[in-house]
Amino acid sequence: MIAAHLPALQVVLPLLAAPLCVLLRRPVAAWALALAVSWAALAIAVALLVQVLDSGVVSYHLGGWPPPWGIEYRIDLVNAFVLLIVAAIGAVVLPFARASVAAEIPAERAYLFYALYLLCLCGLLGITITGDAFNVFVFLEISSLSSYVLISLGRDRRALTAAFQYLIMGTIGATFYLIGIGLLYAMTGTLNMADLAERIPAVSDTRTVHAAFAFILVGIGLKAAVFPLHLWLPNAYCYAPSVVTAFLAATATKVSVYVLLRILFTLFGADFAFADLEIVTLLLPLAVFGMLMASTVAIFQTNVKRLLAYSSVAQIGYMVLGISLATTTGTTAGIVHLFNHAMIKGALFLALGCVFLRLDSVELDDMAGLAKRMPWTMAAFVAAGFSLIGLPSTTGFISKFVLVQAVIEDGRWYLALIILLSSLLALIYVWRVVEVAYFREPAAKAGTGATEVSEAPLAMLLPTWLLVLANYYFGLDTSVTLGVAGRAAASLLGAAPLGAAP
Amino acid sequence: MIEPGLYNYWIFVVLMMIGFFIVISRGNLIKKIVGLNIFQTSVFLLYISFGKVEGATAPILDPRYTEYSNPLPHVLILTAIVVGVATSALGLALVVRIREAYGTVEEDEILRQDEAP
Repeated sequence: MIAAHLPALQVVLPLLAAPLCVLLRRPVAAWALALAVSWAALAIAVALLVQVLDSGVVSYHLGGWPPPWGIEYRIDLVNAFVLLIVAAIGAVVLPFARASVAAEIPAERAYLFYALYLLCLCGLLGITITGDAFNVFVFLEISSLSSYVLISLGRDRRALTAAFQYLIMGTIGATFYLIGIGLLYAMTGTLNMADLAERIPAVSDTRTVHAAFAFILVGIGLKAAVFPLHLWLPNAYCYAPSVVTAFLAATATKVSVYVLLRILFTLFGADFAFADLEIVTLLLPLAVFGMLMASTVAIFQTNVKRLLAYSSVAQIGYMVLGISLATTTGTTAGIVHLFNHAMIKGALFLALGCVFLRLDSVELDDMAGLAKRMPWTMAAFVAAGFSLIGLPSTTGFISKFVLVQAVIEDGRWYLALIILLSSLLALIYVWRVVEVAYFREPAAKAGTGATEVSEAPLAMLLPTWLLVLANYYFGLDTSVTLGVAGRAAASLLGAAPLGAAP
Repeated sequence: MIEPGLYNYWIFVVLMMIGFFIVISRGNLIKKIVGLNIFQTSVFLLYISFGKVEGATAPILDPRYTEYSNPLPHVLILTAIVVGVATSALGLALVVRIREAYGTVEEDEILRQDEAP
């Protein structure tokens, strides 16, 4: 009975728990509820992935209305995998959140934080699970509106301007998406993705569909922070509370990249996007520029959070590069990096959250000699940093290995060199942090440097190390991640309209 | 020459560009929100326009009429209006907080304050 309604529960559970958090008021009670709900969401996501692996596409008709009239939740391998990423990060971050939120957000607002966190989770899961193009817009706005507020909760006043800037850019992006979907509806008379995929080829030569494609691409590109539409991201990540940065960095942009995948491959189909419009000539240079420019800018940052934010822009470049090749290997690289990067950045930002809890700063200069005081935290940072660079036996290595394989397969060997160069740039910016934390003497001034601090509490170290170890586990045993990503990529490129309805 | 049937779409494009231009060009945060509102409202007009069927009536069942306009865009836009209201409210709330923190709602003034140590 319940098993049949898992797709709806995946979204409805966090949605209903959010107002409950507001009613509970007490921070501990709200945290406990959010924790229970996020782990339940993870259990549902795992169950759905197992179900999809066993019996193929799951189609759920909301309210019993059959598609294309009603809203359909359609879960295939691609979004089952992304659901798992989002739910897993959402569940791992919450145990960490309690101490970090208590330190960074006033106690009387903590319950609002948990309510917004759940709303954001609900929005991200909703974007991923739905098979209805307009529904994507609604969930996009649920997750965006809650993330604007989450970012503005940061203590620095610049968090407010960062949130405002993100609100302007995010709303423009979402409205562009809305215009695109409207134009598609005007041409096809449907909003169901599978239905759209069937009807677009008949009208794909019209200027309206071309305009719709452009509007949607730019709109989602803004949300995904694809270079050069990433301007909102560094400030937003830098001034948001640590938990929010870790959560959003690991999930929000990944979900937008997933929407990009859906739009390119399922909705319009690879033939339209890549053969007719040659979108590769646009996406590929942007991805390469993004990788190199953002990595270079990251090297010169003095705030470690901002450094990692620029690194995120570069990493999105890797995903877009993989996707833009439109080959099975390339798309596999894109999808697998989606998963791997969520774990890498999640671990790095959680480690930074530990640093911020003790130091009250993530400025590079303040972290001098920190490794002596917080050995476990800094060890986690270094271990996750190795994965970001892509050393063998880490997930970052797997992503880059598959990506290099893809570009060589495609005959673009010079791109392999660029990937290598970009990894070297990553080595430099990770090393800057390592050098300061391990080999520089703590600042002499009392109370400013790392002299007085102790190790972060266990409740924060455990989630951090869980993600770090996941980086190494999935770096050595790739059967799950590469296997699922490979099948997902094949299904995206092969049967474009997602197989037959059950 | 503008075809009469495309009048609404021209207005949509003009409104959209006006709103978008205000968002980009104005430094006053309140004006940015106003521009964002015009930008979003233009999209409502787009949806409502292509929901209209020529010679048809409002989609309320009545034995006297046989042709109705398409009600689905109306419903979609109801949702989009709610989203737009929420966005404006949140944006204005942020402007209030920014004003409390900086004492101004002018973007260049805020930037200057952030650059000064």
